[in-house]
Amino acid sequence: MRRTLPIFGVLAVLLVAIAVVNPFFLEPAGFLGFVKRAAPLVILAAGQYFVIVSGEFDLSVGSLVTVEVVVAARLIDGDESLTWPVLGLLLVLGLLVGLVNGAVTTLLRVPSFITTLGMMLILSGAVFLWTGGAPRGALSQGFRAFGRGSLGPIPWSVLILLAVGVAAVLLMRADFGRTLVATGDNERAAALSGVRVDRARILAFVLSGLAAAVAGILLGGFAGVSAQVGQGLEFQAITAVVLGGVVLGGGRGSVVAAMAGALTLEALFTLLNLYGISGALEFTVQGVIIIAAVAAGALRLPFRLRAST
Amino acid sequence: MMRRRPVVAILAAAGLATFTASCASDKPATSASGSPAAASTAASEAPAAGTGEQSKFFVQADYEAQLAMRSQTPDGPADKPWEQAIAPQMTSTAEYKKDGPYEICFSNAAVNNPWRQVGWKTMQAEAAMHKEISKLTALDAEGKDDKQISDIAELQAKGCDALIISPNTTATLTPAVKGACAKVPVIVFDRGVETDCPVTFIKPIGGYAFGADAAEFLIEKVPAGGKILALRILPGVDVLETRWSAAKVAFDKSQVKVVGVEFTDGDAAKTKSIVSDYIQRYGKIDGVWMDAGATAVAAIEAFEDAGLPVPPINGEDQQDFLQKWKDGDLTAVAPTYPTYQWRTPIIAALKVLKGEEVPKLWNLPQPKITSETLSTYLQPNMPPLHYALCGCENMPGFPENWGGKKG
Amino acid sequence: MSESEQIGAVPARTPPFWRTRGSSPAGVVFLALAGVILIGWVLVAARGGQFLSLENLVGVQQRSAALGIVAIGQTLAILAGSLDLSVAYLISLSSLVAAETMAGRDGNIVIAVAAVAGISAAVGLVNGLVITKLRVHPFIATFGVALIIKGVLDHLYDGPAGKVPESFQHLGYDRLGPLPVSAILWAAVAVAAWFLLRRTTLGHRIYAVGGDQEVARLSGVRTDRVLIVTHVLCSLCAGIAGLLLASRLGAGAPTVGTDGGYDLESIAAVVLGGTALAGGRGGVGGTVGGVLLLATLDSVFNQMEVNSFFKDVVRGVVIVTAVAIYARRKHGRRA
Repeated sequence: MRRTLPIFGVLAVLLVAIAVVNPFFLEPAGFLGFVKRAAPLVILAAGQYFVIVSGEFDLSVGSLVTVEVVVAARLIDGDESLTWPVLGLLLVLGLLVGLVNGAVTTLLRVPSFITTLGMMLILSGAVFLWTGGAPRGALSQGFRAFGRGSLGPIPWSVLILLAVGVAAVLLMRADFGRTLVATGDNERAAALSGVRVDRARILAFVLSGLAAAVAGILLGGFAGVSAQVGQGLEFQAITAVVLGGVVLGGGRGSVVAAMAGALTLEALFTLLNLYGISGALEFTVQGVIIIAAVAAGALRLPFRLRAST
Repeated sequence: MMRRRPVVAILAAAGLATFTASCASDKPATSASGSPAAASTAASEAPAAGTGEQSKFFVQADYEAQLAMRSQTPDGPADKPWEQAIAPQMTSTAEYKKDGPYEICFSNAAVNNPWRQVGWKTMQAEAAMHKEISKLTALDAEGKDDKQISDIAELQAKGCDALIISPNTTATLTPAVKGACAKVPVIVFDRGVETDCPVTFIKPIGGYAFGADAAEFLIEKVPAGGKILALRILPGVDVLETRWSAAKVAFDKSQVKVVGVEFTDGDAAKTKSIVSDYIQRYGKIDGVWMDAGATAVAAIEAFEDAGLPVPPINGEDQQDFLQKWKDGDLTAVAPTYPTYQWRTPIIAALKVLKGEEVPKLWNLPQPKITSETLSTYLQPNMPPLHYALCGCENMPGFPENWGGKKG
Repeated sequence: MSESEQIGAVPARTPPFWRTRGSSPAGVVFLALAGVILIGWVLVAARGGQFLSLENLVGVQQRSAALGIVAIGQTLAILAGSLDLSVAYLISLSSLVAAETMAGRDGNIVIAVAAVAGISAAVGLVNGLVITKLRVHPFIATFGVALIIKGVLDHLYDGPAGKVPESFQHLGYDRLGPLPVSAILWAAVAVAAWFLLRRTTLGHRIYAVGGDQEVARLSGVRTDRVLIVTHVLCSLCAGIAGLLLASRLGAGAPTVGTDGGYDLESIAAVVLGGTALAGGRGGVGGTVGGVLLLATLDSVFNQMEVNSFFKDVVRGVVIVTAVAIYARRKHGRRA
């Protein structure tokens, strides 16, 4: 737990800094608006956490998010009655993509960096092959509600985020969590002590795929159909997880800290925007912060450079 | 660093060999190289509050020419704007005259967005309508300058009768276009190049007219002192810089106040977030200017979600925006950058090969959609990201080939 | 997977490098290349075209030269157990530095080349230092450096800038018979890298560090220094690619690196060539084959006018399948 504390400190500082410039942030509506905006990335980070802590990468989540939104729009095509069946289908799609990623990585022994890089190319190519180059169809109001609407004062996406967060914590406390961390920490030792490492990793990829499906549903709901909704999200999710102190290569870090990392990243974007460091130098600041955060965490740990890939 | 020696040695040898051996070059042999950069005449007026400094892409003469073109009546059939031209200076093409059938080649910058998708489908349909075209060979550069340079070289080797180029970047594609001009009649459209060697350059009036149309509408509808939020996709793209620079000129002269100029990366979620932030910060935004319509609906939704009326806004001719406009009875305007310009290069190529005169600079009309004309452009059977001004309604295969539903 | 590779490679001493050389699957990728050429030839001939025309051969080389040079550098980084995600932005930066320094004047070429070499070496040095001294995972370190360069690029440039003199454009356009100068440059870089890896101590150490860093360190290799030098070389390759692209474009362009996707594509080419992503196994020959395979595929797609979405699907399948085959072969031998 020692490693997870710094991220909460950083997050708190950033939140205070935002509140100083923008007092509206302290009101429930302002804060909930921030969490709502961050929800898709936080959920993606939770999914990515499972994969990273087991010693792998998932680069396919960004294009999977795009696929989910584009598929939803084409299948629903504005028809309210199709909302729920398509929602179910989207979750199954996320699950299947995760399953393939996991199976190729473990059973065919392809490094996950390559598996998911290939999956990224395949997904983004296939979906536009199917729709003829640009999204078509439209999302239903019922579908949009998850990313856009709210239950009383609380946005649906915040509630979904809470549910995902609780589920993730419970999973990590269960046997599965220990198995996963053990797999990422030392595969051989885990295997010798009876852990089914392949199964644990496949499940991690499935969870990441599911998280991408949920994030896609929220993002499509929030802003509607777009061909580039998922662009770059894979790197943001990995960055968020790493900011949360989770070690690439596996075996260390908590899921709560990974999700806090995503919130921190979102808070950082908001803050840079508020202070007018928009556009250009925003990326430079982001780059420095990422390296600094990881360096600060890593210097206290034994060097584990090459456990990854 | 001793290890680099072999590289250096081999490099030096290769370099020497290159310059001493009699070598072939695929590089276009150009005389007086280079041409004045578009930026050289950038206006240096004092920056006005809110809108920042004028873009270095701003060229006063082009700006004035485009604004004037908006009110000129184009030559050509009124029901076929893609065949019209504004104030054309005709050029002879007798030297290219030959008998059909023709093989036409096309080097496309990319098909990576809905605008280019609609355009590309329209161009294919146009080519299919002419029996004298035996083949349209197209290579997609996937948004890569270097690939497009190779593509253009490859297409020249195919023995095409005419080469259509939609350049990915103005400056960097110029050498490749110059090279092609020497071998085959070249037709350039959409973005230009820094050479006048193509037989014709086809474009709608341009970005200044787009930006000014939208800004003038807002200035008219937003009361004095009203707060305007300007949303841009990204900096540095010439065709987008001109849109903003014309709007800036208009806003600077007006009574409205531009409270922010933000970049959205063309991302709907980011657009919605930015607009929400401005609504929070200023309580009320009285007008939204956009340099492209793809995320206009997301901007509108930000007002809806905040429970506020949607202020005057501009979008583009995409169906989702037009639908929203009609459903919400918005105060809106849609300047366009018509996709029907993808029909014109094929028509021009045939004219050139038949030895008919074509305008050296082919300025197509660039209509804007207003509340009066909205209903003619709204086509509920078309996909949300379809561009209404495709000029494709009467082409074979419409609407299915464009992703629409019959009836 | 990575862990199993590690376990396999953890005998008490560094695995002798000739064994790693023997297991290089460069042959497979050239076999695949021959297959693709054959298929392409048949497909194109069926459409009445000629696949192995001079223009096509030149085209394939022109298409692959820039990626090829970056991929050579990437091979070094990956062999050492690292990787470099900053190459795409560094290429853009190099092209701009080159074109702006040259400013259209022949006399400035030498200074421009030196400036590019200096800047790319500095970026490589930063990458290497962050990875070794700050102990940041290479993925994050080079991604962070990539973001930093991106910010600087966005801040300083808003479009193509600078001008390359005519004489420097010979690099991008001239050819000796069927061999473009750019391809000769690529070959030169590849041969130099091959020589470095096979015939020098540093090369052996790169394999050793990539094979098992701890073992290498215990056997007296200064692993940090090896990694830093490797990253400097990798960045220098990106700088050379930037020079080449500037010569092709006639100017520098702030998006030329990212548009080309040189970061992920160079990694894909390296693993396609049979170099293990975990490091320690593989070589330059395979990478050359991997790049040629991708370029030939591209050429076939071009000839067949396949749309770009289908291309992406095929590329994805090819990359994953190739690596799965390598993994199977390796595993089969070990078992």
